[in-house]
Amino acid sequence: MVNLAVDIKGLHLKNPVMTASGCSGFGTELADFYDPSLLGAVLLKGITPRNREGNPYPRMAETASGMLNAVGLQNKGVDYFISEIYPRIKDYDTALIVNVNGSTVEEYVEVTEKIAGLDRIAAMELNISCPNVKEGGMAFGVSCPGAAAVTREVRKAYPKTLIVKLSPNVTDITEIARAVEGEGADAVSLVNTFLGMAIDAEKRRPLLSTVTGGLSGPAIKPIALRMVWQVSHAVTIPVIGLGGIMNATDAIEFFLAGASAVQVGTALFKDPFTPLHILEGLQKYLLKHHFSSISDLVGNLQM
Amino acid sequence: MQKAVTSFTVLSNQALNASNHLLRLRAAGPLLPVSPGQFVNVEIPGGSEVFLRRPFSVFEADAERGELSLLVKIVGRGSRHLCDVVPGQPLSLVYPLGRGYTLPGKEERVLAVGGGSGVAPLLFLSLRAGLAPEQMQVILGARSLADHIPAGHYSRHATLSYTTEDGSLGVKGMVTDHPHFRNLGEFSRIYTCGPLPMMKAIAARAAAAGCFCEVSLENLMACGFGVCLCCIEPTVHGNQCVCTEGPVFNINDLKW
Repeated sequence: MVNLAVDIKGLHLKNPVMTASGCSGFGTELADFYDPSLLGAVLLKGITPRNREGNPYPRMAETASGMLNAVGLQNKGVDYFISEIYPRIKDYDTALIVNVNGSTVEEYVEVTEKIAGLDRIAAMELNISCPNVKEGGMAFGVSCPGAAAVTREVRKAYPKTLIVKLSPNVTDITEIARAVEGEGADAVSLVNTFLGMAIDAEKRRPLLSTVTGGLSGPAIKPIALRMVWQVSHAVTIPVIGLGGIMNATDAIEFFLAGASAVQVGTALFKDPFTPLHILEGLQKYLLKHHFSSISDLVGNLQM
Repeated sequence: MQKAVTSFTVLSNQALNASNHLLRLRAAGPLLPVSPGQFVNVEIPGGSEVFLRRPFSVFEADAERGELSLLVKIVGRGSRHLCDVVPGQPLSLVYPLGRGYTLPGKEERVLAVGGGSGVAPLLFLSLRAGLAPEQMQVILGARSLADHIPAGHYSRHATLSYTTEDGSLGVKGMVTDHPHFRNLGEFSRIYTCGPLPMMKAIAARAAAAGCFCEVSLENLMACGFGVCLCCIEPTVHGNQCVCTEGPVFNINDLKW
């Protein structure tokens, strides 16, 4: 047997395949298909201090090899999460990771302080890269001072593993990665969606209510892979890779580029079993290439 | 609710008219329970040209034979590719999805109104309701005789009547021009599925008559099982996913 376990600065994962936030609900939706405990981690849907209805319909447009979304962090707020959702998911035998959002640094800290009190939440992913909200979100993630400021304050309020999710909508993603590493981030996850748009030529109207939205799916994979490779050389903290991963081969490419773990997002919409298929393919690959551990693969790119 | 990603085999692909195909599919293994108004999310064969699955409500489900049938209306690339399938070809379905219609009680007097391919879940409902045909009135609306979905064999389960916009079959006009709409007080339940303007017109008539009414929505969706939050409909309970809280909604819950 091969060893698939991964440690990310105190966050122990039984395997390196997680779901991506916003693509797996709160894990309960996947439980209609299979036991979420089979996953390395479940990244929970982004949480804000208070209820958000999100953006108006339409929020989705299919594109070539991918899709645009403009959900806008629809969720019922952190208090609802703690009282209504957490009790239903806390016994899943997998790492539960909360994705934290806010419009201001104070709001990020407010959510963080409440999440810090939950025993069964293994880690937090700080989302400074949502492209679909008017305030906060990506605004923090596209400048080094912004990314550093929010990471610094959240770090003070959160003792467990802190992952910062980076936006690809920047000139140099390595600078942002270094900025959050400098403020005590334990890991970075990248990439969030690329800002894009789609137009109905016949109606001469945008297809999304918000005009622009976040592009995901296989269309973005080569760019995401390049950014993971660059960032893994720019920082010493672990990198979690995501962006268009559809199968085991895609995931293996991310490990080779330097990712210590991967997240599966849009692929879940096509097939919720994708993470399990990836795990199976990953084990076969490691055996075939005589690797005893997934860590042997990380950054093992022959140049 | 147990859901699955299952490979089905195409048994037949029959063109019912210029824009609608009837696909009969057999599951590899036992069929999960499916009720009228629930849907399946179908992977479109033919490579990567169509990225996302496409949702279709179930027309018929036969647990004993492990068979499902879908009524597919050609509206875009996805449905066009799907209507090219041939017998023996595999199709991947995510199912069963969503909440279907509330089945009527034994004493109910039902009016079910389907427009175009929207007749599919209502004919399925007429099978499962198990009512006498005079208790189950079904109006099938179409643009013309050429667009009409043949449903004569359902007459053992429902009393069928027709409307066409050009009068080539049944009552001339829209479904709401049918005489049943002059006597809505005779019905305890109204179910509908079809184009949005049609359902909104029916919902307004049902609301005015104070009659129970359920409609089936088809908002654009990616996942079909409640994780992408793309198919939301504003309701009195806030934005809800059509794929999990619906596709069937009671009109009292909608902000129409």
